Amino acid sequence: MSQFVLNGRPVTLDIDDDTPLLWALRDALHLKGTKFGCGIGFCGACTVHVNGRAIRSCVTPLGAVAGQQITTIEGLDPDGLHPLQKAWIAAQAPQCGYCQPGQIMQAATLLKDFPDPSDADINAVMAGNLCRCMAYPRIRKAIKLAAAELKDGTTHA
Amino acid sequence: MFKRLVLGLLLLIVVGVVGLAALAYRPALDPVTPPARDTFAAALVARGEMLAGAGYCATCHTAPGGPRYAGGYAMTTGFGTIYSTNITPDPETGIGRWSEAAFRRALREGVARDGSHLFPVFPYQHFNQVDDADIGALYAYFMTRDPVQAPARKPDMAFPLNVRALQAGWKLLYFREGAYGPITGKSAPWNRGAYLAEGLAHCSACHSPRNALGAEQLDAHRYTGAVVDGWYAPPLDRSNPAPVRWSEDELYTYLRQGATPLHGVAAGAMAEVVQGLRKLPDDDLRAIAVYFADRAGAVDDAASAAALARALSTSAQAAQPAGDAGARLFASACASCHYNRAPQPLTERPELGLNSAVTAADPSTLIQVILDGVSVEDGLPGVMMPGFAHSLDDAEIATLAAWLRRTRSEQPPWPDLPRTVAALRAAEAGRLTAAQP
Repeated sequence: MSQFVLNGRPVTLDIDDDTPLLWALRDALHLKGTKFGCGIGFCGACTVHVNGRAIRSCVTPLGAVAGQQITTIEGLDPDGLHPLQKAWIAAQAPQCGYCQPGQIMQAATLLKDFPDPSDADINAVMAGNLCRCMAYPRIRKAIKLAAAELKDGTTHA
Repeated sequence: MFKRLVLGLLLLIVVGVVGLAALAYRPALDPVTPPARDTFAAALVARGEMLAGAGYCATCHTAPGGPRYAGGYAMTTGFGTIYSTNITPDPETGIGRWSEAAFRRALREGVARDGSHLFPVFPYQHFNQVDDADIGALYAYFMTRDPVQAPARKPDMAFPLNVRALQAGWKLLYFREGAYGPITGKSAPWNRGAYLAEGLAHCSACHSPRNALGAEQLDAHRYTGAVVDGWYAPPLDRSNPAPVRWSEDELYTYLRQGATPLHGVAAGAMAEVVQGLRKLPDDDLRAIAVYFADRAGAVDDAASAAALARALSTSAQAAQPAGDAGARLFASACASCHYNRAPQPLTERPELGLNSAVTAADPSTLIQVILDGVSVEDGLPGVMMPGFAHSLDDAEIATLAAWLRRTRSEQPPWPDLPRTVAALRAAEAGRLTAAQP
């Protein structure tokens, strides 16, 4: 029996504590935005937030997040208007789109820790999020657009 | 002539056994009716709760997933496995029938109510220094917990190690009685910190190495670090190899928050210590920090600043991974959370170039954390690290650990990493099996 808060709502699941959070989200809770890529924490497609910080949900067992606040891409902003989401559209970042929820969730933590990220910051903190379509230049552009908007003070992260 | 020799030898043996029995004898103290809860003032019980936190009694006296204080926690020593006892006030299987005198004797002398000697896995040598008032508060706290029926498990030790009376001999060699005496010339906070650290918090029980008979080496080796349960407890004296020296502020922050930006997080065995110590008021945590800052020696600000700058400069290079396998593993799985750059590392991003696990003489702590991560309760509360036990094999973990050691510390390489990783993985599996009811 697991209980946690998902995108602001309390959730109870009757699944083994060993189950990776990724499968609880996709299969039990039907939130398909978080993707499976490698299952070993090396591609970033499964990235969600635990208490506001990016975590690879494929290597995070349910038991480890009992009682914690989990945020998926679906819950990043109630209207889908997080500065990163708007920047992603403005920069037309996605190619096939598969890695992008993970990219956005990771970028959200990047901007929290490094509000004015340099290329080196982006390279290092986003290094674990792979994009096989090689849309990296547009991802980088979108991150910088979102950073600029947040710096402006027009919205909060 | 021969007959005389044999008789003489027999006499010697008899005298020896009688002598040992005399040495070991402790009277049983009368059992009492379990005291009613309302005989203890609420303030006293609250103080006891705080002190039980300072001694993190629950850590050893609670089995994983079991009821609090009901014992059953397995401690693997070089002499066999010993299980902690039930210290709930259950009359039959716990300490419900123990008088305060019996409780005090157990803490001070390592003798149970029935007169049997306790094994020194119970750090009575430290609790010996706790004053009467504090022991009274602890008694009030434990007597007002929920009683749990849980008989103690017999120790798993070969004869004659399991003969409790022989502990009297051990005590003769290694046990020095005496309440804590304040050291003149040291400040009041220092003495308060020493009283707590050497007494209830029993820090040297993990942070000092032990000799062949399991006694702490309190001579020149005191606080020089040790491996306990597969976790390395770093030195708390001048030999601590952390690149940025531990100042009083860093120590206080570490104890209060469970993490500092310049040293890392309290994970593994230390996590529960910090969670217990958290119950102490700020003054007491500061006092412990004052005490250990003194032991750690003066902080060279210039050297610390240089070490910080070096660590951040190396960390910043994670953005361009070099060709070797360790760098690529780190860039793929670790840099996302562990990358830092000038001017200051973030506490939520433990900077590995400053981290005690990387500079430690023993790689156990680093390997354990790579295998199992850090839970939301440990370290900085709410921040977690996933484990990579199922993602990386022994060779990959060894590669990563060796790379971190080489690029993030000035210490010599750890020997035989693949074997250490395999051993730690096996020990963890063994512990999980042993914990099954």
